[in-house]
Amino acid sequence: MSEPVVLHLDSVTKRFGSFAANDNISITLHRGEVVALLGENGAGKTTLMNILFGHYVPDEGEVYINGSKIAQGKPKEAIAAGVGMVHQHFSLAKNLTVLENVMTGTEPLLGWKSDTAKGRQKLRALEQKFGLSVDADARVGDLSVGEQQRVEILKALYNDARILILDEPTGVLTQQEAEGLFQTLRVMAQDGLSIIFISHKLNEVMKGADRVVVLRAGKVIAERATSQTSKEELAELMVGRRVERPVREASTPGAVVVRARDVVVQAGAVTRLSGISFDIRAGETLGIVGVSGNGQAALCDLVAGVVPADSGAFEIDGHPVAQLTPRDLSGMNVGRTPEDRNTQGAVGELTLWENAVLERISDPRFSRQGFLRKAPARAYCQALIERFDVRGGTPNSRISLLSGGNMQKLILGRSLVQRPVFLLAAQPTRGLDEGAIAAIHEDILAARKGGTAVLLVSEDLDEVISLSDRIMAIHAGQLSPAVDAQGVDARQLGLMMAGEWGGMR
Amino acid sequence: MRIERRQNQPKALLIVAPMLAVLAALSLAGILIALAGVPVLAAYKSLFVGAFGSKFAITETLTRATPLIVTGLAAAVAFRARIWNIGAEGQFYMGALLATVFGFQNFLGLPSFALIPALFLAGALAGMVMLVIPLGLRLRFGVDEVVTTLLLNFVVLLFVSMMLDGPMKDPLAFGWPQSVPIVDEGLLPKIIERTRLHLGLIIAIAAAVLIYVINAFTVFGLEAKAAGFNPAAAKFAGVPFQMTLIKVACLSGGLAGLAGAIEVMGVKGQLSNDLSASFGYTGIVVAMLASLNPIGVIFAAIFTAMMFVGAESMSRSFGIPSFIADVVVSLSLLTMLVAIFFSNYRIRK
Amino acid sequence: MTDIFDILFTVGLWSSVLRIATPLIFGTLGALLCERAGVLNLGIEGIMTFGAMIGWLAVFQGADLWVGLLVAALAGALFGLLHAGLTVTLGLSQHVTGLGITLFASSFSYYIFRIAIPAQNTPPTVEPFQPLDIPVLSDLPFVGPALFSQTAPTYLAIGIAIFLAYFLARTPMGLAVRITGENPHAAEAQGVDPIRVRYGAVMAGSALMAVGGAFLTLSAFNSFFPTMMQGRGWICIALVVFSTWKPGRAILGALLFALFDAYQLRLQNVLGQVVPYQIFLMMPYLLSILALVIMSRSARVPQALMQPYRKGER
Repeated sequence: MSEPVVLHLDSVTKRFGSFAANDNISITLHRGEVVALLGENGAGKTTLMNILFGHYVPDEGEVYINGSKIAQGKPKEAIAAGVGMVHQHFSLAKNLTVLENVMTGTEPLLGWKSDTAKGRQKLRALEQKFGLSVDADARVGDLSVGEQQRVEILKALYNDARILILDEPTGVLTQQEAEGLFQTLRVMAQDGLSIIFISHKLNEVMKGADRVVVLRAGKVIAERATSQTSKEELAELMVGRRVERPVREASTPGAVVVRARDVVVQAGAVTRLSGISFDIRAGETLGIVGVSGNGQAALCDLVAGVVPADSGAFEIDGHPVAQLTPRDLSGMNVGRTPEDRNTQGAVGELTLWENAVLERISDPRFSRQGFLRKAPARAYCQALIERFDVRGGTPNSRISLLSGGNMQKLILGRSLVQRPVFLLAAQPTRGLDEGAIAAIHEDILAARKGGTAVLLVSEDLDEVISLSDRIMAIHAGQLSPAVDAQGVDARQLGLMMAGEWGGMR
Repeated sequence: MRIERRQNQPKALLIVAPMLAVLAALSLAGILIALAGVPVLAAYKSLFVGAFGSKFAITETLTRATPLIVTGLAAAVAFRARIWNIGAEGQFYMGALLATVFGFQNFLGLPSFALIPALFLAGALAGMVMLVIPLGLRLRFGVDEVVTTLLLNFVVLLFVSMMLDGPMKDPLAFGWPQSVPIVDEGLLPKIIERTRLHLGLIIAIAAAVLIYVINAFTVFGLEAKAAGFNPAAAKFAGVPFQMTLIKVACLSGGLAGLAGAIEVMGVKGQLSNDLSASFGYTGIVVAMLASLNPIGVIFAAIFTAMMFVGAESMSRSFGIPSFIADVVVSLSLLTMLVAIFFSNYRIRK
Repeated sequence: MTDIFDILFTVGLWSSVLRIATPLIFGTLGALLCERAGVLNLGIEGIMTFGAMIGWLAVFQGADLWVGLLVAALAGALFGLLHAGLTVTLGLSQHVTGLGITLFASSFSYYIFRIAIPAQNTPPTVEPFQPLDIPVLSDLPFVGPALFSQTAPTYLAIGIAIFLAYFLARTPMGLAVRITGENPHAAEAQGVDPIRVRYGAVMAGSALMAVGGAFLTLSAFNSFFPTMMQGRGWICIALVVFSTWKPGRAILGALLFALFDAYQLRLQNVLGQVVPYQIFLMMPYLLSILALVIMSRSARVPQALMQPYRKGER
């Protein structure tokens, strides 16, 4: 590459305790180049980007921008040197306007007046140049997720960034929005900007990048030009070994276990689910795909018995759920795994055993006349730990000490241990590494084989396609008609997720 | 330099942390004593002797500790479920007020063994109501209970003063703001004759043991903690969220009200505007010093009582304002917060 | 019964409204500034008490009245530094820390006051701020003596409110404060250090609180006595919610509140025989609770209020 090097990471190492999140990493980026940083969750991608941007101070190594060393641990220095970062979780203040978000920190703090007219003008020019239109005076919280990402990119451009770092930029976008994003990145690269984006999705890496740097366990494993590699090779490089995700076997579903008819869920004046209907049979998995924020949370809360239906009929195993509490559902042997293990799945300050039995605490095995029976509860937890291979804690340790994967195994384990008639598995593998994903897929498939009706809600298309019998998309609180998982392709699901299922059936 | 969460907390810190905190508070307050031109060690010695130097001093300290144990428990129970009850002062007065009303009337002419529990119940009920209202405002309207409970303290004090001027006024008190005395059957028996130490101490310790059992061994204790720390996860696990918090509020407010009843029945025998020496607010310090552990509350209460009782004799000997006790106690809350922080986190380079 | 309404048309009522409102304006603005940066400062009651004591003491020792206010402001800023150190750097519970600061600052005030002024039967006094007639305006009938014949710190309070409204809405630093209170990560991503912003806001806010306290001993009254704060700090915390975190509305809230307070004081004279005076004194507190209930639902709370921020932690 003849273009000059704009960014050079030289032998960067970052440790957390004894664990090396980044181990002697060196990367170069040229002017006008798009580089993908590919790796699994936990490979060290995000740590590396945080070093680049100055959030973390590396233990060893240096970062050079345009040939000069930049001071570590100071985002301001990175910004001044022309680095802009688009975080995976947006760093936006939702109650402030687009212009206010963009202009923060761009003027000397001691000024007597913000020059909003000038700011507005500059923002307008950037919007036009790169095709990123957004209303400067809109409250950021009122924008769609795609628009919020545009604001993030505009923030970086407004700071005159010449190097743009995007952390998992497509995680929250529809297929179509993601394609639009990569077009924009292309335009920027042609304009001379240099871009690094982080991803674990092979498709978009192949499509969007000129060059790929593969990270594994904190080390750079390989570098490839996208023109000289394949998805298969990258997959193997990324994972380090061939990990075979378990595959679903054909089966014949039994009787209908879960039945929803025209269910409406409202929160105040907002309709979260508008008239959804579906059936799930014993031994069958129904997969729900969708861009986050389209009603998945409401669906999970409904199914988990946390939120009642405002109208319509919703039954599990012949019982109307509206009259049941979460405890009743547990008693009926319904397994429930919530969307977010940290907010709904576990109470971090409680121990493993307390979390293991909390949802069935009134079970006579675990309490008698209001008093806890700690010994059986601990034994139950120990059994879960062994059967589901939960590592890193004993029944008496605080659950917040577990890694995400192990916490998820415990939560899924407590849902599965009694061979449930129905299992809700919401985002069961979000943020986990391949090994844990394979183990969890194994468990879900085993439950299906044993006759459990499964509702799988996930943003990971591959996961849904490989585990489900039928697939529906959720969009704006509505469900699409179901399609057979056999032979469905990502393109078709992408359209469904965008709400375009007119004429289907 | 960065701050890092400890993987596991050494158990010994539960005892070491408050000791270090108290030591730090005493040292800082020592500077203030020195500034007043008084030898610090001699002053602290006279404080200690004043609190523990004689049988009488010890009984005085324990008498002072009694209401503090109960208000300390009230704060500990609420804080454990993340209900920020700062209204124990008001709940204390309401409890004392209702106990006094029933205590001087004694409508049914009850004998002692029935009247005393009845007055306890009246006090506890009054305290409950005073906390369930602000909790209801939080659950229904999202109003921070810290501010409402604080404001209610002032309302209650004025209400008490109004009652002392009006319906409860003691006609024999020459206009002094105090109520008609409770009948003898309603007064708590003394533990040791010719001292002020009364049955309340036993009740307070029993309450601490009871709360310990509730926290450690019951479903309710587990659910209260879950509901306080993570409402969403508690709801998902089927914990009856609102009901659990309301029960916690009843327990906490009830304890604070009980403290008021105990104090009025055990020490003064009648309600007055100065019944509480900030027992409600000091209870918060007591609870924090004990890291919310009910058994620890007993010792923390005795320590704080020692400060207040001892400071009076130190004040007499050296002419230091007895406000120094409040300074030490409030400082030890701040130093304890720092100590709790360092038992959860450590600083790494 | 006409008496009850006649009160509303007396000069005395309206001039006392501004006097009662002044410490509340200072305190509310101070608490508001802290909260806009994401820090709840329940140290307010104690910081106001300390400001009242130290400001008065400075003047009693011979300092100028304005120097007294300045001393109070500096002391307030120091307590703010303590609060920020505990809640911002260490990330401790803002509720409990604030309460601890209140307990400490109050008892510390009483201790110092007793050391400096041994107990006496009549508390010593200082010569307080005198009313300052604004030329022309104070000559207006009724309105003049009611509104434009206040002491200088009252005008200062209103000036600060206007300045703070402008500061938050229009200056780069005000924007930095607001974004820190909404999302400190967003601030940091733009190169604004949320920790420094919070320190600054809490220290400045606490200084304002202390000045509000000093107004009581240097203008409204002329002496200091323990328990004189009477929960004014807590009322300010409620007024912040009532004002929906806007400085302009803070003045409005404080004035409404003071109007009610001044009115009930006069009403006591009229109805005192029928209704116990305590009922009137309860009203400010009950009114504060009512204000909280009405506003809590609709108010747009700073999103990061009470959330500690640690670098690199989400």
